Amino acid sequence: MSLLDLFKKKSSGTIAKDRLKLLLVSDRANCSPDVMEMIKNDIIQVISKYMEIDAEGLDIQITQMDLEGNEGNVPALYANIPIKDMKHPSVS
Amino acid sequence: MSEVIVITSGKGGVGKTTTTANVGTGLAQLDKKVVLIDTDIGLRNLDVVMGLENRIVYNLVDVVEGNCRMKQALIKDKRYPNLSLLPSAQTRDKSAVSPGQMVKLIDSLREDFDYILLDCPAGIEQGFKNAIAGADRALVVTTPEVSAIRDADRIIGLLGANEVRQTDLIVNRLRMDMVKRGDMMNINDVTDILAINLIGAIPDDEQIVISTNQGEPLVGTDCLAGKAFANICHRILGENVPLLDLEIKSNLWGKFKDIFKKN
Repeated sequence: MSLLDLFKKKSSGTIAKDRLKLLLVSDRANCSPDVMEMIKNDIIQVISKYMEIDAEGLDIQITQMDLEGNEGNVPALYANIPIKDMKHPSVS
Repeated sequence: MSEVIVITSGKGGVGKTTTTANVGTGLAQLDKKVVLIDTDIGLRNLDVVMGLENRIVYNLVDVVEGNCRMKQALIKDKRYPNLSLLPSAQTRDKSAVSPGQMVKLIDSLREDFDYILLDCPAGIEQGFKNAIAGADRALVVTTPEVSAIRDADRIIGLLGANEVRQTDLIVNRLRMDMVKRGDMMNINDVTDILAINLIGAIPDDEQIVISTNQGEPLVGTDCLAGKAFANICHRILGENVPLLDLEIKSNLWGKFKDIFKKN
């Protein structure tokens, strides 16, 4: 690899992998980005009742999860929900 | 006990037929009784890749429709006494056979063979459904390209939904020079994305084209692809064989050229 390569953007192999990862999430979910957006908004609504969350930083994805004992994998809904503040439940 | 293996990919042109021919021949070399079934009705190709195209009298559809007995349609490979081919029909289409008929046909072969290999057509329609109906396990063939991997992922999902109990991956047509440059996804990238067990990786090898031209599978020969296919056969039998180092240069001239390429 020459010095010039270091300044180049990502290699095309990495680009391919990144694109595929994103693409397969929606392929596997078999639901449109619209539906994912609706699920996301509903999650925000429900969790917000109990604590203050960072709606901008919320991320949901359909991924694969390994089953125990090497029995293949199943789709899983993965949600990363950053909490800003734990509201005290009794205050409501 | 016989095992029924479907070789499938979703996308066309990634090497299903070549893989079927080589894995089947390789298993026969290991003294297993093997029958190859071309399920691509209307676009038969396994016969030419195997070099048996001149010996076809009856085909799969003839057997299903009762025009002949199974024995009459099976072509025995003269090079390997325990290897047979059931060719597909060229002048019919996929709807000539149903999944139920395929299961019956396969069951009638179980007694006589150790391995029944099904060469699946591209796509996910009727032909695919026919091919996977009777399968115990699947070999999914892909190449390190976005389109092939996307289709493979879809196929893996469909195989799971159809209760094929074991699905393994073959990454075909790897170009190590491009992988090294970062211009092709490597084996780990592909297995990461598809998240199924890798059973073998085949390098892009000119010898494949040559062997197909000649109608002689190259499994077991000294070239890299030949060794890679032989390894896959051993793994199918349950043996633990380490992955082939695909970077071995086949001759001194290759090494010589490589030294200069790097500069």
